[in-house]
Parts: sequence; C-alpha cells; structure tokens
Amino acid sequence: MPRYLAEQIVRFLLLMLAVCLVTFTLVSLSPTDPLSTNVGSAALASMSEEKRAALASYWGVDTPFWERFSHWFAALLHGDLGTSLRYNAPVSEVIASRALNSLALMGLAWLVSGMLGFLLGILAGTHRNTWIDRAVRTYCFIMAASPTFWVAILFLMVFAVMLGWFPIGFSQPVGAAVADVTFLDALHHLALPAITLSVVGVANVALHTREKTIDVMSTPYVRFARARGMSELQIVRRHGLRNLALPAITIQFGQIAEIFGGSVLVEQVFSYPGLGQAAVTAGIGGDVALLAGIALVSAALVFGGNLIANILYGLIDPRMRERSAERPLRETPRKPPVQPDCSSRVEDVQSAEPRSGKLVQPERSLGSENADEEGALS
Amino acid sequence: MMRLDATSQEATMQHLLPEQTLHAPVRIRIPNRRATLIVAMTCLLALVGIIIAGVILAPEAARTDFSQKSLPPSLAYPFGTDWMGRNMLARTLAGLSTSILIGLGAAIASALIALILGAVAALGGKRADFIVSWLIDLMMGVPHIVLLILISFALGKGFWGVTIGVALTHWPSLTRVIRAEILQCKEAGFVQVATKLGRSRWQIARDHMLPFVLPQFLIGLVLLFPHAILHEAAITFLGFGLSPEQAAIGIILSESMSYLTAGMWWLAVIPGIALIAVVILFDRLGSSVRRLIDPASAQE
Repeated sequence: MPRYLAEQIVRFLLLMLAVCLVTFTLVSLSPTDPLSTNVGSAALASMSEEKRAALASYWGVDTPFWERFSHWFAALLHGDLGTSLRYNAPVSEVIASRALNSLALMGLAWLVSGMLGFLLGILAGTHRNTWIDRAVRTYCFIMAASPTFWVAILFLMVFAVMLGWFPIGFSQPVGAAVADVTFLDALHHLALPAITLSVVGVANVALHTREKTIDVMSTPYVRFARARGMSELQIVRRHGLRNLALPAITIQFGQIAEIFGGSVLVEQVFSYPGLGQAAVTAGIGGDVALLAGIALVSAALVFGGNLIANILYGLIDPRMRERSAERPLRETPRKPPVQPDCSSRVEDVQSAEPRSGKLVQPERSLGSENADEEGALS
Repeated sequence: MMRLDATSQEATMQHLLPEQTLHAPVRIRIPNRRATLIVAMTCLLALVGIIIAGVILAPEAARTDFSQKSLPPSLAYPFGTDWMGRNMLARTLAGLSTSILIGLGAAIASALIALILGAVAALGGKRADFIVSWLIDLMMGVPHIVLLILISFALGKGFWGVTIGVALTHWPSLTRVIRAEILQCKEAGFVQVATKLGRSRWQIARDHMLPFVLPQFLIGLVLLFPHAILHEAAITFLGFGLSPEQAAIGIILSESMSYLTAGMWWLAVIPGIALIAVVILFDRLGSSVRRLIDPASAQE
C-alpha cells in the first residue's frame, strides 16, 4: 500500500508537470497580442515607440519559450500563479474565492446524481424489461444525448422565469450586502444549478448500476436466496447493495471530469460565480494566467477523483486483490469453470473492466433467467 | 427462513421457467438484420437530408424580415422567428448542418489519430505503449471543456479552433479500444500461423489485422459523432467557437439566452430538441452499424 501511494504520488507529479507544460504551450501559442490585451489597444496606439518596447520586454514578448516557462514554473512552485488580468487580483485569490462556490455546486451535484443514479439503476435492473426499466433507460438515453447547457436553459426558463421558484442567476441576492446573505439564500441560489447538473449526470451511474444489478440478480447466491423465500427487496438489501455500491462509487469518482465540464456550462447559463465561469471569462478576455491556473486546478481535481476510485477498488473489493494476484497466470488457458447459470454474458467481455473470466465461453442452460431473450437464437 | 409464501413461490417459478408458449402468436416479423439495416439507412438518410437542407437553406437562414419578427411557431414558420425576423426553421437546419459537418471532420480526424496511436501502442513495443497510455492519461486528466477552451484559445477561436480542438480531445477512448483489439489480434492463432509462415509484418498488418480492427474502428468513428457535436455546440455556446454570423446551433442557443425573460421560449426549446434528435440519430446509426458488422452482437 505505501508503495502504491508513492507510485501514485509520482504519477500525479509527472501528470501535473505535463499539464503545466501543455497548458503553458497552448496558452503561449495563442495569437492574442500580450501588449494589446494587457494595456488595451486604444492605450497602446497612443503610446510612444520606446514605451511600447519597454512594455514588450516587460511582458516578455521576445523572451524564448523555455525561459518564460521556467520563470512561470518557478513562480508556480512558490505558489505564485501570477496576476489575473480580468479580476485584477492574484490568480490564487480569484481561484480560492470561486472554488468554494464551485465545490459546493459540484459536490452537491456529485452526491445527488450518484445516489439518484444508483437508485434508478437498481430499480431498472430489478424490474428488467418492464416499463420502469424502459422509462429509466429512455431517460438516461435522452440525458446522454442532450447538451448540458440546453437542459440548464430549459430549467432556467421553466423554474426560474415561468414558475419563479428559483432566482434567475448568481450565487446570492442581487444588491444585498455580503453580510446580509444567509445560508438559505446561498442554498436557494445554488439549488437550480445543482439540480440541473445532477439530473444530467445520472445517466452513466444508472446504466452501469443497471448492468451490475442484472449480473448480481442472476448469480447463484441470489437464486438461493429466492429459494429460501426472501423477497426481492430483502435480496436487494442483503445481497445486492454491497455488491453494487462499490462499482457505483468508483464510477462516480471517475465522473468528476464530466461534472467539472458540466459545471462550466451550467455556471455560464446561471451566471453562477464559480471556477467554470471564471475559465470562460479568462478564455474570452485573454486572461492567460487565470486560464492556466484553472486548468491546473481542474486537472488536480480529476486526478484526485481517479486516485480515490483506484484506491477504493483495490482496498475494499477483495476480489480485485485476488484478480490482480492471478493476472500473470492469465496467459495459460484455464478450464472454464462449470457454471450452470450464465453469470458471464457476451456484453461483459466487451465491458471496460478487465475480467479474468474472459476465457469462459458464454454458457447457457435452458433454465436460466437470461435464456429467454439472449439465448433465444443459440 | 424456509417459509414459502405464495408470492415468492410464484416469483421463483417465473424466474426458473422461461416463458413457454405452445404456439407462437402469428405476426409478421422482419428479420433482425434487415430491420437493423432499415434503421441504419433511415438514420443515414435523415442526417444527409439535414445536411443538404441546411446548405440549401443557408441564404434563407440569414435573411432578416423585420415585419415578421418574434413570431411564435405557426404554420408559416414552424419554428417561429427571432427578434430579427429570421426564419428559425431555416436557421436551425443551417446550424445543424454546420455542426454536423464540423463534427464529421473532427470525428474522422480524431478516429484516425486513435487508429495510429492505438496501432503504435499495440505494435511499437513497451516504450511506445507506455508513452501512448500516458498521453491518454494526460488527455483524460483535464476535463474536456477546459481542454477545448485552452485549445481554441491557443488557435485564436473560430472555426479551426473548434474543429481542431474537438479532433484533438476525442481520441483517447477509441485509442484504448483499438489498442486492445490489436493486442487481442496479435495473440490470435491466425496471426501466429502467418508469422510462422514467414509473412512480413506489413503483410500481416494489412491482411490480418486491418480487417480485424476495421469494424471496431468504424463503430468507434460513428459513435464519436454525438460527442463531437455536443462538444462543438457547447464550446460555441460558451463563445469560443464559430462567430455569431455563422448559424451554428451553439450560437442560436446562446443568443436565445437573452430573450428567455421576454418569454420567447421557442428560440431555445425547438433548436435544442432538433440537436438532441441529431445526436440520437447518430447514436442509433452507430449502434445499428455495430449490430450489423460486429459478429459478437450480430444476432441481438
């Protein structure tokens, strides 16, 4: 475990270094003229030639790329991300003041979409091929196909403009002093963006949990539980949840990049002052330092999420440990374990998660649950 | 816990026995593969129709008529008109066709990058594999939207900014698939035999591996479109993509934001639904093509 953590830390540092390099390269490739964005083109035009040259050397127009990068990077290591042009404050301050808003929004959306998706997935998986299943799948399908910002516009239109349940934007009442803003006010402003983000983010977890639920519900131990007379609810509670929660949690940790991307769009629609909106402002306004800073923060967030997911997978699920231990043996063809039911199905072979049971041919016996639809032609 | 009440017994019975009917109800049934083919062709035709209609209607989409401004949907203007009296049906179609064409270009470029990197990772030895998987990690490590903002910022926004941005950000998942496919193919018996028979590496790649990987590549390519189009729309919506004169779907939706409080709902709702429809059409097309050419799911 310490070894694993050390490896991950090294990977993180390498990745962050690469993200720094890529971000800086991209940002410095930009055709926006540092002089005219920083000074303003009107002011630039009225300046004398010497003053312009002095400014050009101040902004490092002629300095070679590596020198500029090393300057920026050295400052970064000291915690200095530069000064934001648009907000006229140190980048770290701008990010810190907005991170709280963003993290509240993303955290809430992350939790709600995870739990909602999990419940919907179980519901669909246990009621396979009924109208519930179909409704959940249609919902997920439509949500996966609709652009986040459009859903946000729709919600804004219906719930804020037409019904007036929620404020139209921002994170606190317009015109109120900061001291007067109560927690409830903030929550009221946070609600609609968070709901939007949760509703859109459900699809992935729900569909994944549905697949897993179907897998679990066709295992021998669930059949035995049924034979003992347990009700479906009891089975899900006693045998299902433990098996289903872990994949859902790991999927949800891997979702952080999506949630961050969604929050950029949602914040823009709701004029919610968070990191995403700052990134858009920085990108449009040519605020190089802030853009680079936000890119770094987002990369760190995503990496953190993935790391937690990996650690959870390795730590909690004993089968994963077993699996990684037996991996070297995978080359030798093993005899497929005799399984009267079909716990390994064709789709599983194609699923992203590597399975040691890949060599097992999909076997179907007539009595099994899946035979009626998938095995109809075999 | 040995108590067997009636309902759970019934559930158990239902669970154990497949539905047995002694005679199948008579109904006309189109064979699976033919039905899938019909779905695929319909989707393809609809998409091509949208592209052509959009290109033809482009002048109409830009025409302003201030005597007809801000009309809700009616028979003459099914999608309504905007505050400059532009016909929203024509604008939406023109916007969709721009978005589809950009998505098409970006997705093809992205899929080619994926093919090349996937092949390099699978065939180029350990070091190449490490570098490619690290590149994938890097690309996946930054949220797409942030990366798109960075790239289009670097390229000075506009058409090329979006297209190249989308092309450069969508290859990782397909690269993984192709890498896995080629690795699996390398282990396959027929490749081993071909090697033993003295075929050159190039011959094996061309004659044995390409046909093996091609289906996955095509499916991946088609399934990239929805993502490409959605991201194109998103980045244009944020103001990094196409310029406001061009009728892109992201532009239409971001302009509609200013008129929400004026109650002009049709400006946002209908183009959005049209965009979703296009995304779903592409998705259907992709999964139909998968069913047709992927042997593992051919009979579903």
